[in-house]
Amino acid sequence: MAATNIEVWQQATVVETAAVTEQIQRIVLRPDLPRRADPGSHIDVKLLNGAASLQDEVLKRSYSVVESADDGARLTISVFRAPSSRGGSLAMHALRVGDTLQITQPLQNFPLRIGAPRYLLLAGGIGITAIAAMARVLRELHADYTLVYAGRSRADMAYLNELQELHGDRLVAHINDEGTNLEVASVVGALAPDTELYMCGPIRLMDSVRRNWLERRLNPANLRFETFGNSGWYAPQEFTVRIPRLGIEATVGPDRSMLEALEDAGADMMFDCRKGECGLCEVRVLRLDGAIDHRDVFYSERQQKAAEKICCCVSRVASVGGEAGAAQGSGQGLPSIVIEVP
Amino acid sequence: MSIAPVVDSTAVKSAPRTSNASSTTNKVLGYPLNAWYVAAWDYEVTRKPMSRRIADRPLALYRAEDGRAVALADACWHRLAPLSLGKTLAGDQIQCPYHGIIYNSAGRCVSMPAQETINPSATVPSFPVVERYRYVWVWLGDATKADPELIPDMRQMTDPAWAGDGLTIPVNCNFQLVLDNLMDLTHEEFVHGSSIGQEELSESDFVVTHEGNTVTVTRWMLDIDAPPFWRKNIQDKFPGYEGKVDRWQIIHFESPSTICIDVGVAKAGTGAPGGDRSQGVNGYVMNTISPETAKTCHYFWAFMRNYRLESQLITTQLRDRVSRVFKEDEDMLEAQQAAIDANPDYEFYNLNIDAGGMWVRRLIERQLAAEGRLVPFA
Repeated sequence: MAATNIEVWQQATVVETAAVTEQIQRIVLRPDLPRRADPGSHIDVKLLNGAASLQDEVLKRSYSVVESADDGARLTISVFRAPSSRGGSLAMHALRVGDTLQITQPLQNFPLRIGAPRYLLLAGGIGITAIAAMARVLRELHADYTLVYAGRSRADMAYLNELQELHGDRLVAHINDEGTNLEVASVVGALAPDTELYMCGPIRLMDSVRRNWLERRLNPANLRFETFGNSGWYAPQEFTVRIPRLGIEATVGPDRSMLEALEDAGADMMFDCRKGECGLCEVRVLRLDGAIDHRDVFYSERQQKAAEKICCCVSRVASVGGEAGAAQGSGQGLPSIVIEVP
Repeated sequence: MSIAPVVDSTAVKSAPRTSNASSTTNKVLGYPLNAWYVAAWDYEVTRKPMSRRIADRPLALYRAEDGRAVALADACWHRLAPLSLGKTLAGDQIQCPYHGIIYNSAGRCVSMPAQETINPSATVPSFPVVERYRYVWVWLGDATKADPELIPDMRQMTDPAWAGDGLTIPVNCNFQLVLDNLMDLTHEEFVHGSSIGQEELSESDFVVTHEGNTVTVTRWMLDIDAPPFWRKNIQDKFPGYEGKVDRWQIIHFESPSTICIDVGVAKAGTGAPGGDRSQGVNGYVMNTISPETAKTCHYFWAFMRNYRLESQLITTQLRDRVSRVFKEDEDMLEAQQAAIDANPDYEFYNLNIDAGGMWVRRLIERQLAAEGRLVPFA
């Protein structure tokens, strides 16, 4: 795939914006060099982020292509605004019709295979952005598919009505505040063994599916997922990181990654994917005050539990008891980590 | 860039006649990607992976344990080492020869030896494959459109009423030049004078028709002497026959690159033009040309016949004789490509005899335009 994923940066113009939920903005872009986006593809976006710090900095973010029309002349993305996210979402929400930004052509790390006997598409929350185009193609091909879409509340779930209209009974919605929570074990338990599952959603959901998939001894190659490394078991918190050998100490804000903070502090860091896949940014843990929030997909569960190394591009340190959704700010000192780097 | 009208390929039949956007003819053409191309003969694809470039895509071709043919991009996701140098493992798997990464037939990584997890991005492109008519066909374009019904009709290849065999010719020319060659057989008089050529070819009239994604050129030569190739064939069925023959060539093109030619001779005046071929011998020249690069192609051909099916001797003789005929085409086509390259400022001039080839070019250009890929080669 590498050959087709060479980034071609180009200008794109915003041609439409609309709020699809309170926190999700639909943005339609017209790229200067249109290319058709296959299901599962995403674009990378460069943004100048003046809001995150005093100094302007260039942010690079990845967004799934929800819809590609006119052979890629209209690319729709949808951006979830998370105050504690990596900062890009605020700038994206500020975009207005006529604004321009730098984007790549559609990049593909999550291809949909045509011709599987049956499919389960599983989306949690904003993960629907990576899944919606797959569902549309499978419907057009008259494939055997089910689209499972889970969210907190109907109002939080982007495109739910449109998807219900398009997919009818093939869409199964699980909505927490309506008491129809998704039971991963029963969904995975009911799968025919030759099903291909494509999923995108919060890490708890994906970890749970992975665990159930392994327990059922289903073919690991049929479990497909995409992660941009921005979902964890804990809400992002501020923490400190120290590299004694280099005399470097940095505070990692909730909207920054440890890798970014260490780069800012002058450490010469190795990395590549910056989304918790490749493992090149791994650092050794010397001491820990708090819990590691592994957000990568590089380490196995065994390696994550051992907590000897972490992928600093996405993984974080949280205060124990600071699980996502739990009350924050116990008033104690910041969680911290002491590491050694290559 | 040429601005060409975009024609919905499904609507070509009813599309209004489109005039060429430019006054010149593209000497050579690009290749549609939403099409089935032959990647290999069925016997060539085995458990030992092989490499072949089709439409500028290097492919690793192999068979899974259950016999199914597989086409993957011939470059490992990690460092692009050719998978075709690797080995097949249990089931449908292939292992990269460099760092041992294992993929399944869908191109998905199933093992990364140096780590405990599998990187979710680790895939190589896998292309739809169908085995039919003794060939392994591959679809390199939009996989959602890869309908096996679109495979060109080459049924004589596997129909028990026909027997024969063929070969592959690697030709150093753009695939369109081979199509031109097969659509206009007046060249036989000059290129193949010792076997199938005769002056009646140039003298006789021909009829061109087209419908949908097909073009047909029909030529009958009545009451003529059989050229050496056909004299031998008719004598295989009617020993000692020395009389005049009625000869036919009915060229069927199916876009983008398959040409099956219904050929034969019958004893003159026995009713072959009206449909009674019982006093004749009938062959089918099966040709399907897969672009390799802009200036090279794989020319897959076979000669099938519907008489003396029991004779392996005749099968082998026909394959060898047609092979010698096609070597003459190969030499001419390569010389033509070299001359095209050496004279970039000269244009083609199209003649009446090119009508079949010109319809072929128009159908291919429409298909390229529908794919947004009608760009003349520089």
